[in-house]
Amino acid sequence: MTITEQRSAPSEQQSSITAGRLGTPRHIAVIVGAVVLGVLTWLPTGSINWARWVIVTLVAYCLGIYVVSRIVESRRQALDRLMLAVVTSCFLIVTVPLVSLVWTVVERGTNRFDSTFFTETMRGVVGEGGGAYHAIIGTLIVTGLATLMSVPFGLFTAIYLAEYGHGTKLAKAIQSMVDVMTGIPSIVAGLFAYALFELFFGPGTRSGIAGAVALTVLMTPVVVRSAEEMLRLVPDELREASYALGVPKWKTIVKIVIPTAIAGIITGVVLAIARVIGETAPLLVTVGLAQGVNWNPFDGRMTTLPIFTYYQYVQPGLPPAAGQDRSWAAALTLVIIVMVLFSIARILSTALKPKGLK
Amino acid sequence: MTITETPPGTGPASPTEQTSKLGDRIFGGLSLGAGVLILITLAAVALFLITEAWPSFGAPASEFAGDKTFVQYVGPLLFGTIWAAFLALLIALPMAVAVALFISHYAPKRLAVTFGYFVDLLAAIPSVVFGIWGIAVLAPILSRSVYPWLEDNLGFLPFFAGPASTSGRTMMTAAVVLAVMILPIITAISREVFLQTPRLHEEASLALGATKWEMIRQSVVPYGRSGVISGAMLGLGRALGETMAVAIILSPADLYSFNIISNQNPNTIASNIALTFPESSGLAVNRLIATGLVLFAITFLVNAVARKVASAGFSGAAG
Repeated sequence: MTITEQRSAPSEQQSSITAGRLGTPRHIAVIVGAVVLGVLTWLPTGSINWARWVIVTLVAYCLGIYVVSRIVESRRQALDRLMLAVVTSCFLIVTVPLVSLVWTVVERGTNRFDSTFFTETMRGVVGEGGGAYHAIIGTLIVTGLATLMSVPFGLFTAIYLAEYGHGTKLAKAIQSMVDVMTGIPSIVAGLFAYALFELFFGPGTRSGIAGAVALTVLMTPVVVRSAEEMLRLVPDELREASYALGVPKWKTIVKIVIPTAIAGIITGVVLAIARVIGETAPLLVTVGLAQGVNWNPFDGRMTTLPIFTYYQYVQPGLPPAAGQDRSWAAALTLVIIVMVLFSIARILSTALKPKGLK
Repeated sequence: MTITETPPGTGPASPTEQTSKLGDRIFGGLSLGAGVLILITLAAVALFLITEAWPSFGAPASEFAGDKTFVQYVGPLLFGTIWAAFLALLIALPMAVAVALFISHYAPKRLAVTFGYFVDLLAAIPSVVFGIWGIAVLAPILSRSVYPWLEDNLGFLPFFAGPASTSGRTMMTAAVVLAVMILPIITAISREVFLQTPRLHEEASLALGATKWEMIRQSVVPYGRSGVISGAMLGLGRALGETMAVAIILSPADLYSFNIISNQNPNTIASNIALTFPESSGLAVNRLIATGLVLFAITFLVNAVARKVASAGFSGAAG
């Protein structure tokens, strides 16, 4: 580009290379035009509306770049530039609600993100004060129980699918049923757990263990899928070398296959925990709501953080601001927990990898 | 290989061999048992839901509040569920495909990894957080600046007939929040298949003088189409079963309506369960479980179609 411009060649020769190219000045002109057009939309109302400005600017830029490129370049180039503009605008538009979500949660959540929030319960609290200590305990108990049940369950299923039943009809049936389980709506899992416990303990029972069963139904397929994928990645040479040394199959799995795949398996488990820790609907119908700490998952209602978030928002009490602040603080806690779990998964997946596979 | 094989008739198995056989049997049995337990669990989910739902089918309509038969009761809910999920998919699908294309083919490599991680993280943000964000932030914005405008300018369409809601508790708010929630799922799956496009296809297209967009249309889109469709179906399944966001946002009424900006909206099955279950008892609980069964059947169908599309697409790409 610069070379052809510096050369004082005849104009036809120059145009054969640079003609039909949308130069930087024209591009900048289109951008400035779009921004200005966006600003002009403020004039009729006299108020600054950022959302409208963004939308008008993006649309004006897309149209502008297409028209200019169509005139200066070709139809194909114009379409190419239009699609680049459209795809990038879509990305920018999508980030708006997502950034807004994170921003709102952080901004409003920090109002009550204090020591009282993590040390006190809602027992006897009307209006301001109170905390989510009981909800955090409840979340830890229910999610912990679900993890205790679904990890061995899911891991052994994955071992069956990858090591024992590979290629058999039963394994194929289990695989497709795992897929079906992945698609179960969370509220349906909750209804299942409710129906199961109603059968044994009579109608209207609520307990932490019922919630844990519901979460297990949701969590197990996730664990199975990730663990199976990881076990399949273990090279067959390792298994064959172990068999050749006379090591029985089960010991090969325990000592060779699982340690090789452990990074991926743990990552999958952590991500599965991150996914179920925010589940609200199944716990709404199985665990219910309590105002104080309940350490016993086998008896009585409990509160978990998502349920706490929900009820503090829709039934904030008086003054409503106090309840809503608690709700946002609980939401912030949840988002932080999910982020921490994601970071742990990421760190583990690189740190635990066997040296040979790094 | 033949050398390591034990020659026949070398004598009885040693004690260590016997314990290893026992270990194998136990371990194999455990893993088989876990696999079979998956089948049992799924059967139990269907069975328990049917047993619990059964009494409500047989009971006369007069035993329920409002004297409604099951079909009359579940009809508006089913309509609302499908309508909300459809709207959400309508908004999310084009956006998700564009974002996936941006991350896989337009963004700089290093940024693309960060964006991909960001998208995965968003898929894990609890739905209740999306719900309270929707009602606290999105609903006021939409009801202040978008709904009155839609009513004034597009009011002749049945979708925007109004009266425009001032609280923002509308089907459109719910659909936008659902769209934001399922977008990361569709994006993640689409991005994955777009990245799997054979590099040679792309380079061949570019070598023939195609622009970047023509290259994407010629090689990336045909290759990724089935992946996008199955991603969309999974997103649809998620939107159908999504509970809390809808329960928090929508102001439910018992009717059929295509109007998406008014306060009178059909509820969804999942949200109706969440809202009424805690205060229900007796036959009402059975009826709610029956609606859950309907939801289960729909999502099962959607997921089955998604898997069919995905497997058909992959075998087609390989062949």
